[in-house]
Amino acid sequence: MTGELPRPEPVVSPEARRFWEATGEQRLRLQRCSECAAVVWYPRGICPDCSSSNLDWFEASGRGLVYSFTINHRGTGPYEGIGPYILAYVELEEGPRMLTNIVDCDSEKLRIGQLVEVRFADTGTGTALVRFTPVETVADG
Amino acid sequence: MSIRGKAFIAGAFEHPLREIPDASLAQIHADVALGALADAGLSLDDVDGYFCAADAPGFGGISMAEYMGMRPRYVDTTESGGSSYVAHVGHAAAAIAVGKCRVALVTLAGKPRTGGSPPGGSMGDPQAPETSFEVAYGPTTPSLYALAAKRHMHEFGTTSAQLAEIKVTASRHAKHNPNALLQKEVTVEEVLESPMVSDPLHRLDCCVVTDGGGAVVVVAPEIAQALERDCIKILGHGESPKHTDNGRVDLTYTGAVWSGPLAFEEAGTTPKDIDYASIYDSFTITVLETIEDLGFCEKGAGGPYVESGALRAPDGELPLNTDGGGLCNNHPSNRGGMTKIIEAVRQLRDEANPAVQVGDCQLALAHGTGGSLGTRMGSATLILGREDA
Ligand SMILES: [Zn+2]
Repeated sequence: MTGELPRPEPVVSPEARRFWEATGEQRLRLQRCSECAAVVWYPRGICPDCSSSNLDWFEASGRGLVYSFTINHRGTGPYEGIGPYILAYVELEEGPRMLTNIVDCDSEKLRIGQLVEVRFADTGTGTALVRFTPVETVADG
Repeated sequence: MSIRGKAFIAGAFEHPLREIPDASLAQIHADVALGALADAGLSLDDVDGYFCAADAPGFGGISMAEYMGMRPRYVDTTESGGSSYVAHVGHAAAAIAVGKCRVALVTLAGKPRTGGSPPGGSMGDPQAPETSFEVAYGPTTPSLYALAAKRHMHEFGTTSAQLAEIKVTASRHAKHNPNALLQKEVTVEEVLESPMVSDPLHRLDCCVVTDGGGAVVVVAPEIAQALERDCIKILGHGESPKHTDNGRVDLTYTGAVWSGPLAFEEAGTTPKDIDYASIYDSFTITVLETIEDLGFCEKGAGGPYVESGALRAPDGELPLNTDGGGLCNNHPSNRGGMTKIIEAVRQLRDEANPAVQVGDCQLALAHGTGGSLGTRMGSATLILGREDA
């Protein structure tokens, strides 16, 4: 499986600025609606559950479970020609399922339901991409 | 108010070529428009409603109306990817039902094979709010459908061989279609041995990408009666977006869970009544989830249902995509919705290729999918019947 994945710089919208600033500090921040308590994903200026614009930021645990994944053999754009890589949905402990990559991982052993934790891939512009890696105990190794 | 019986499809035309290097996109729109109008026994002068998606060149439907010299009094450039054209027929029927137009033309054209049009979709628009949270991780269209296939397999035990049967069925139908891009019958083993594109989807789980296009003409009842041609009655229509729903995306179903019931209710029919189905087949998993969502089998039972040969024409329980579909025939501009309508019209007119013509075909369903099964999509369903349905 691929070593280093591309680190394209995200387009930072005003509403998501605090999310991206946090990733640059190796922190995963999410929004919670102060009206209906929904965790909001992806970051935005309106709660898609109740339309409130009262959204607060909080720090997420950085852990989750693999909801689905694929080993993609044919990347495009910055991923063209880099070899197979893993695209996945990770269901965060806080609830939302986010599209991401699983890295530093033996793809043969990866399973749906696998526990994973966050890894930050610095883009060199004050932001980082949010990727995940399987959590394994030493005994499993 | 319902559109049931308020409009008829009077003409349909599919571009016969799969590579069209010598015509512009605009010209292909014009060529298929003239083909469908001739099929109906009408001309461009009769058209007073025009429908195309936002992938048409220029300024929505206005540039194409100008190119063809039309001055319609109703224009709709609804964009929902490959489901657009199925939605357009519903919109055209609604416009006709309230008297906004009487002869509506719907066109599609694309040239992804020989250049001249991008392969469709708008993934990566920097202004789209989702882009930064998705595109940086390298999603491709096949990989987003693969995520759905993997989860469906996990929850329901669906196998790669069951998905492969959908391609096998398409290839058995396509061998009777002289215009199909792929005319060779394939086996389950050949699908499973084809190169992996995005696990678990193999190359042969994916549709073809072709140049081409198609058009249909939707008319008011009094015009249908006056035409020599057998017309097809529009009985019901439904459409719905499905998206990631504030992080609650569920990859095991499609927007057909909403568009299907709307269409069936308007038509006053149920899945059991359907004699033939055109189901959008960008990938094998697209078909599997959609037939479950439309109620042709239980949720999760699509694998065994397909494996039983249910989709094979002419005698299966649900003869499907008898032109070879997007998997083998064509998928112009990565947008298969138009060809789904056209083959349903052929079936209802007894004009399908004889080896795959369903006997006494009275009711047909056409379903379009746009966007991506793994993130956000458009879904649109049409129920069609013979003129006296
Ligand atoms: Zn809320």
